Amino acid sequence: MSSDNSIALHHVSKCFGHNQVLQDVSFSVARGEAICLLGRSGTGKSVTLKLIISLFRPDSGQIWIGKDEITQLEGPELSGVRRRIGFLFQSGALFDSITVHDNLALPLRRLTNKSNQEIEEIVERALRQVDLAEATKKMPVELSGGMRKRAGLARALVFEPEILLVDEPTSGLDPITASEIDDLLLDQRVTKRTTLVIVTHDLREANRIGDRFAVLDRGQLAALGTPRELRNHQNETVRRLVHGG
Amino acid sequence: MRRILDFVGAGVLFGLKVTAAAFQMPFELDQIWRHIGELGARSLGLVASCGLALGVVMTLHTRSTLIMFGATGMSPKLQSLGFFVEIGPLVAALLLAGRVGASIGAVLADMRATEQIDALEALSIDSFKLLVVPRVLACVLVLPLLTTFMDCCGIFGGYLSENVLSHISPSLYIARAFANVDWSNFVPPTLKTTIFGFIIGTISCFFGYTTNEGAEGVGRAATNSVVVSSLLVILADVILVKIIFLIFPGSAI
Repeated sequence: MSSDNSIALHHVSKCFGHNQVLQDVSFSVARGEAICLLGRSGTGKSVTLKLIISLFRPDSGQIWIGKDEITQLEGPELSGVRRRIGFLFQSGALFDSITVHDNLALPLRRLTNKSNQEIEEIVERALRQVDLAEATKKMPVELSGGMRKRAGLARALVFEPEILLVDEPTSGLDPITASEIDDLLLDQRVTKRTTLVIVTHDLREANRIGDRFAVLDRGQLAALGTPRELRNHQNETVRRLVHGG
Repeated sequence: MRRILDFVGAGVLFGLKVTAAAFQMPFELDQIWRHIGELGARSLGLVASCGLALGVVMTLHTRSTLIMFGATGMSPKLQSLGFFVEIGPLVAALLLAGRVGASIGAVLADMRATEQIDALEALSIDSFKLLVVPRVLACVLVLPLLTTFMDCCGIFGGYLSENVLSHISPSLYIARAFANVDWSNFVPPTLKTTIFGFIIGTISCFFGYTTNEGAEGVGRAATNSVVVSSLLVILADVILVKIIFLIFPGSAI
């Protein structure tokens, strides 16, 4: 793969039972680029994210993270690659039996040799970055939807990943909170040059953050290009998704 | 038939994976300790009340029979042997399966449904080692303790019942309860509950950790955890009793 690419999928297919979710999907994302995965519900967008971080294994094809073919990795090697990737889940996926602070501190305690004081500083900085400094001792159940997403984002960024995978970051949020989440993602991209792959149904968000759109339709990559390139695409589903019609 | 064999195979592999992971660093001692506290605290009241009630009832039932043979003095010994050998281990295990098995199954299934387990993996944290192994080990360690506690409560319940009926003194009751009772009557049956604990922990974690049915799977995992682990505990008991008799022939009553 090209050394400029942060992520590259080559002919990736995945099925669950008899349900073919992805079929021969190939695309790459350059370092520091933001790509939005668009498509109707159930077309394999979230599955694509989980394949990239190897939560699922493809039935065929290759997935490269930098120079590592992640589908071939196991154990410590896989962990090493995963630490370069942050994942913001749709629901935030905070661990509900521990506080927001401990949600962020857990991976640092388990996977690094940092002192308690260093961990405290990192957690505090990460929570301040997402404007959640006051929620540090709260349990996830006490947080609103937007706060949960921001806490999830802070946790995803705790290792300062070079790649950030984001699954519907603004779904179910009011426009102001959604805009704040987008600001955080944009800031991450601009200041840290983080590669972003964002699954979204929100066209406003996609146009604001995405350099390119990848449109999935019935498990296949229907289109890949800049928003301008896709506006007059021959595939009607692509046009409707890009126009929002 | 194939589905059953698939299930058995997956369950056995899961159990082997737990066993292998239990001997690998890190040992998650703080997690094990936390779960022992939780499991113990959740089950203690239930075990105590059941032990006490069973002790009272068993004395009432056996006493009427013993009177026919003029052997009411045997009642305390019958009580202690009954609890040490079978009632304590089996009932404590079934109570743990009902109280804790359902909880473990539901918690892990909920974590799966809400992507918390995926989040752990995405953070490079071994979710199996963190969530499954400490829970299974906690069940293994806590069940012999609960069994011993149940034995004590059962004998105490028997004493209360006997005291009401015959005004027996505590010292005489204890002396009769432990007369000619050997360690082999207590230790092997109590230690067999480590295997019951392993079965309950493994089966409950298996159903919770491996579910992929979303919210619906949470309820199913809880129910299956209780039903299957209770069934397997009873089946294992049959086998283990036979093995104990082979190894400790003197423990056969």
